Amino acid sequence: MSTTVATGTEIVPFTVEISQKQIDNLRRRIAETRWSPAELVQDASQGVQLRFLQELARYWAEDYDFERIEARLNALPQYITSIDGLDIHFIHVKSEHEGALPLIITHGWPGSVIEMLDVIGPLTDPTAHGGSIDEAFDVVIPSIPGFGFSSQPTEAGWDSARIGAAWAELMKRLGYDHYVAQGGDQGAGVTDAMGRQAPEGLLGVHFNFLDAIPKELLTAALTPRIFAHEEREQLGKVVGVFMRGYISEMNEHPQTIGYSLLDSPIGLAAWMLDHDADSYEKISKAFLEGEQTGNLSRDTILDNITLYWVTGTGASTSRIYWETSKAATASFKNPPPHMRLPAAYTVFPDELFQAPRHWVKHAYHHLVYYNEAPKGGHFAAWEEPEIFADEMRAAFKSLRDRRSS
Amino acid sequence: MSTSVEAATEIRPFQVEFPEEAIDDLRRRIAATRWPTKELVADRSQGVQLATAQALARYWLDEYDWRRCEEKLNALPQFKTEIDGVDVHFIHVRSEHENALPVIITHGWPGSVIELLEVIGPLTDPTAHGGSAEDAFDVVIPSIPGYGLSAEPTEPGWWAGRVAKDWPELMKRLGYDHYVAQGGDVGAAVTDAMGRIAPEGLLGIHTNLFVPALAGGKFSEETEEEKAAVAAMALFKATGFGYFLEQATRPQTIGYGLLDSPVELAAWLLDHDTDAYYKIASAFVDDKPSGNLTRDHILDNITLYWLTGTGTSAARSYWESAQATAKNAGQAPPPMNLPFAFTTFPGEIWKTPRSWVEAAYPNVVYFNEVDKGGHFAAWEEPEVFSEEIRAAFRSLR
Repeated sequence: MSTTVATGTEIVPFTVEISQKQIDNLRRRIAETRWSPAELVQDASQGVQLRFLQELARYWAEDYDFERIEARLNALPQYITSIDGLDIHFIHVKSEHEGALPLIITHGWPGSVIEMLDVIGPLTDPTAHGGSIDEAFDVVIPSIPGFGFSSQPTEAGWDSARIGAAWAELMKRLGYDHYVAQGGDQGAGVTDAMGRQAPEGLLGVHFNFLDAIPKELLTAALTPRIFAHEEREQLGKVVGVFMRGYISEMNEHPQTIGYSLLDSPIGLAAWMLDHDADSYEKISKAFLEGEQTGNLSRDTILDNITLYWVTGTGASTSRIYWETSKAATASFKNPPPHMRLPAAYTVFPDELFQAPRHWVKHAYHHLVYYNEAPKGGHFAAWEEPEIFADEMRAAFKSLRDRRSS
Repeated sequence: MSTSVEAATEIRPFQVEFPEEAIDDLRRRIAATRWPTKELVADRSQGVQLATAQALARYWLDEYDWRRCEEKLNALPQFKTEIDGVDVHFIHVRSEHENALPVIITHGWPGSVIELLEVIGPLTDPTAHGGSAEDAFDVVIPSIPGYGLSAEPTEPGWWAGRVAKDWPELMKRLGYDHYVAQGGDVGAAVTDAMGRIAPEGLLGIHTNLFVPALAGGKFSEETEEEKAAVAAMALFKATGFGYFLEQATRPQTIGYGLLDSPVELAAWLLDHDTDAYYKIASAFVDDKPSGNLTRDHILDNITLYWLTGTGTSAARSYWESAQATAKNAGQAPPPMNLPFAFTTFPGEIWKTPRSWVEAAYPNVVYFNEVDKGGHFAAWEEPEVFSEEIRAAFRSLR
């Protein structure tokens, strides 16, 4: 890894370097895995299946090209700048088209900037991807503190609101007077916080996950009228999201699971793959049957897992759940300000739940765009980069002209 | 380990002996641990603290001797017998006193037979431990299938209710016409289920974890004591429930880390409840153990999980419980009419009030609240625990 140190408000170029020693150590650990016995069921109902994970381990150790991460990331302009005491890593690709709209995209967990790499082309260079010149974006993709090549917080308090404030500072430092923001998963939490803070220059936000659920919708659940009968199923899915072991463990004791995530590559892979049933099935198919869904290939999945391993960020990435859980509890007493900025939303059909338009409208009164995409799941940008990019173009179209006002 | 294959109902003597390579491999892995950064808080609120995990790893590597534990186990009469298709390991120590009362004691998670070793002396040989000859017990301590030296189930369905059907078979096979049963934690669930089955010969049961509340039952919240118990349960569910939910839903996923990383296994097993965590942390960091929760005893248990490779299979017992709970949802469990005895230990996750015990079990013959000990009562305070067992079952002899 680069040892460049950013000082003050300086923005310094960054290059990923992963040592051969790190790779050798990782491969040795994969080869020496002491395996768990197999699950006692025929499906994923006891967790990540042994046969799947053993095939992933085989591919990882034998076929995966460990130079991929360096090659993919270093092909892009990357930087580090110090904000609020932490080194923030980010990718920054400017469009060649004049009047491109600056867009900051925030990844989630168990993701990283790796999730977003394939939307950069369509967004910055729309004419090469079925779009028009006036749909171009300048793209900023930061690594959340504790993730990837950003530094790890050394004190508690790095919740979505603090990250959101850091992003506004980053955009300002990049010289952007007007910009939009996007996020799913934990990135939706950060983007939600930015929207509520409404920093100068932020024109609007887009989500592909309804992070506002715990804050407003669950409270509203006490008012049964907003839940039509046919929506009970969706509400059931929402409740199910919060009854997940991994969320509970990372909300409460990220340090405890962190020991596994740092010490065992297979423990790390299993924990990251066990996110949701849809992506599990898709990724499992990619490894076991060679049937890839969209861009969720064996290689891109392992790029992301390997990035977590080489940066040693299993514990620090888990801590964001602890932080957001603390913040969510506090927000019941002190609700955050309403979001007045224009908000846009895309429902992906395989997401954990499909938020109906009026749920979104309930959370974000100024809803300027709502659409149901034809395919894609929780990792929408990763799985379907072209559809995701189309959504960005459509969602933010009406906000482009506001820059002149 | 013994590899002899014999007739199904036969009881075979058993001795523990793990190969040197397994111990060397464990040591190599501890030494090669890749550590996370330190937690960002000054207490347990983000999980097992780095200083605790590192002190444990240092002691495990530099000072701990597994062979001492093996000798201790092998000094006790141990056996294996196949029940319900699974080879069950158990310790069986008969008292020298005539008319000793047979008791089957079931360990919990994250425990094993190691939790219960120090109560064997006081229970089988009471005269040497402040009791009298008529307080003597014959003691049977089995390993739950999937735990320790018992075999792992190879099919789903092994919830507490199934184990509860196998223990009476074990007692019958040992020739006991009359006996009592005891358990805490998962062992309390097994023992409670045995009581509801009421097999021939079972005279009564004692538990030190209140199963009906864990099973979701609602109990009175009027007195200060009751309110405090409800608040303690709520705190546990809000701040220390992750391991429970993960094991109840995804035992296989957490199992990979538990089998592959000794330090993760140790952290996961230490992260059970606040009281036990701080006591154990104090043993490793400050060399100040609480009662019998010493560094060696804690590592005996963790090392047994490691060497038997039972991280996943033990975690599955929570999944089995959750499946059974879902299946039986809405149905009241069968009544428990046998004599019931309960001891509240002050450091337990919640202090169960007498009113709850009496509401849940119609035939309470004994209730007591003692002044020390926590979730691992038998392990931490073997003398106090033994006193309780004597008093609890006195009326049933």
